[in-house]
Amino acid sequence: MFRLEPRSTRSYTAAWASPVLALVLTAVTGGVIFMAMGKDPGAALYLYFVEPLTTGSGLSEVAVKAGPLVLIGIGLSFGFRAGVWNIGAEGQYIAGAIAGGGLAVYWHQSESALLLPAMLLLGTIGGMTCAAIPALLKTRFNANEILVSLMLVYVAELLLVHLVQGPWRNPQGWGFPGTRMFPDAGTLPLLLRGQRLHLGSVIVLAAPFIAWFVLARTRFGFRIKVFGQAPLAARHSGVSSGRIVWQTLLIGGGLAGLAGVIEAAGTIGQLMPKISPGYGFTAIIVAFLGRLHPLGVLLAGIAIAVTYIGGEGAQISAGLPKAVTGLFQGIILFYLLAFDLFTRYRIVLPTRDTIQE
Amino acid sequence: MKYLAKLASVGLAVLLSFGLAYSASADKLKVGFIYIGPPGDHGWTYAHDQGRLMIDNMLGDHVETTFVEGVPEGPDAARAIAKLAETGHKLIFTTSFGYMEPTLKVAKRFPDVHFEHATGYQRIDNVSTYSARFYEGRYVQGVIAGKISKSGVIGYIASFPIPEVVRGINAFMLGAQSVNPDMKVKVVWVYTWFDPPKEADAAKVLMDQGADIITQHTDSTAALQAAAERGIHAFGQASDMIQFAPDTQLTAIIDNWGPYYVKRTADVLMGTWSSGDTWDGMAPGMVTMAPFTNMPTDVATLARETMESIRSGAFHPFAGPINNQAGEEVVAAGAVADDGMLAGMNFYVQGIDDKLPE
Repeated sequence: MFRLEPRSTRSYTAAWASPVLALVLTAVTGGVIFMAMGKDPGAALYLYFVEPLTTGSGLSEVAVKAGPLVLIGIGLSFGFRAGVWNIGAEGQYIAGAIAGGGLAVYWHQSESALLLPAMLLLGTIGGMTCAAIPALLKTRFNANEILVSLMLVYVAELLLVHLVQGPWRNPQGWGFPGTRMFPDAGTLPLLLRGQRLHLGSVIVLAAPFIAWFVLARTRFGFRIKVFGQAPLAARHSGVSSGRIVWQTLLIGGGLAGLAGVIEAAGTIGQLMPKISPGYGFTAIIVAFLGRLHPLGVLLAGIAIAVTYIGGEGAQISAGLPKAVTGLFQGIILFYLLAFDLFTRYRIVLPTRDTIQE
Repeated sequence: MKYLAKLASVGLAVLLSFGLAYSASADKLKVGFIYIGPPGDHGWTYAHDQGRLMIDNMLGDHVETTFVEGVPEGPDAARAIAKLAETGHKLIFTTSFGYMEPTLKVAKRFPDVHFEHATGYQRIDNVSTYSARFYEGRYVQGVIAGKISKSGVIGYIASFPIPEVVRGINAFMLGAQSVNPDMKVKVVWVYTWFDPPKEADAAKVLMDQGADIITQHTDSTAALQAAAERGIHAFGQASDMIQFAPDTQLTAIIDNWGPYYVKRTADVLMGTWSSGDTWDGMAPGMVTMAPFTNMPTDVATLARETMESIRSGAFHPFAGPINNQAGEEVVAAGAVADDGMLAGMNFYVQGIDDKLPE
């Protein structure tokens, strides 16, 4: 049988080439699929990957869509680097939207310039609070953070549904679920006339650079790296595992919460039963596609956002089914994981000895 | 009469538009649809897609239709709707309740595009609303369920606690009570329109709690198929689903959007489109019912009679006396609930074994 043997050295080039190769091969595979569907592969690929970037509104929409993915992806990459598996960013995102958006619901007539900053702050704290639960259970009782964070997603979703149908329901809304629209003072201003691009995108754009600085230039960033790659060595050199768990979960939760309140105060303008099309989960793909590197995550978030926007254009212009978008995202991840495997391992062909075994 | 008038106007519109096309440029009117699920759900979205195909069939020489499927209610909807407007679609149907705010937002940015929002209640100059009086079909289903059920317990899979859904539950219950005053309705809220595994799970929970008839206000065939597995009866929803459960489906409410879609498209072609609200039921044919199957002849006859008396206007499903859960009279004997009460319905009628989520 074939065997996989760990490579003694890992190529830096290969690590960065694999996402690029994955994207290229995804495009090739996609082309084959389009041909099988009887569509012109060139035209279909253009619609998916290029067309969204050719118009002002397309670019604006890519930015709007990439925003939460990038912000959450960056937060997650801190934890993933340290081997802390926060799978519940979706819930932390919702918690952030609830905490920050709640402020706008209660002060719906406010004109204060403080409202928006307070909402962003509270949203971040909301996400952190939601992430603090798996951190506490992990450090106190060694509970698996994957399960705890994931299950809290459902709690957050149901809490949101309860709030917008009950206490926070718009009294002028005929009993339909959803809060009032946020006041202007609680809405992120639009940057371009007629487009949905808003101030939140600027905040999002700053995040990768701040995160890069923290990871590359601070002692904290170094500790995270050591902890992820050599936990034993880290422990011997005095890095506390509990502290890393707390810190990375709070960063992940905080950024997810910030993404949630930015989405609520920017794109949506109110709280409704559903405020995320699964950003918290898609951001996991984004984090890995971006090699857990802040600038990589920025690029990966944009790439995934392009497939979403392009997918809609392809439905309208070429009559391609929506399922192709999900297919693309799956294929990207498949190729990425496959390449990663081969950058870490090499294939050993069967020899006589092994056959006889 | 109303139906005839409508048919006539559609016919006229079609004729006129033929003439129009010969004189006007070769540019076709582009009509776009936003769907919450895939047309292959064989329920809600399927019914809308059938309506779209009717436009293709009747006005295909002058019109080109497009759809975007699986658009989540919320921030993504605004983008998809705007994308249709940007790509030259002049008439856009947004076919789920949750598209209300996004439709209004986009409509304000594209004042020369006509929008039609299904099941909503907010209109502006270029946004119309339309819906069907599904509750008329629900009442007929309730009558059938009341007759057929042995356990006296109905399982109802509900999507969101909005008036449209609450109204359906109430109509169903009133129909069931009219033949069996002790009937019980158990409700599970799934907070989704389209999620087949979740819909099937809800059906199983309800069956475990003793329900021997299942009905749903969600979009897929999953609940019907779950009922088929246990050998009990259920109703189809939004489309005739008999092919998915030939021995299970009693009947189905069929949403017949086609005539309305054709009429509104013709209105745009002729330049006579204006913002308004349409809420039609069985009489004009916007709501129809699948054949009454898998039930004794006398029950089918009763169902047909009930349907006929609703269609003719002789009977209104919300005719008083109607009490709410607390036993207070909300519609007096001899009166019927007006459209205002129906449109904003946020209470259960007496006898429903559930608390409305708050």
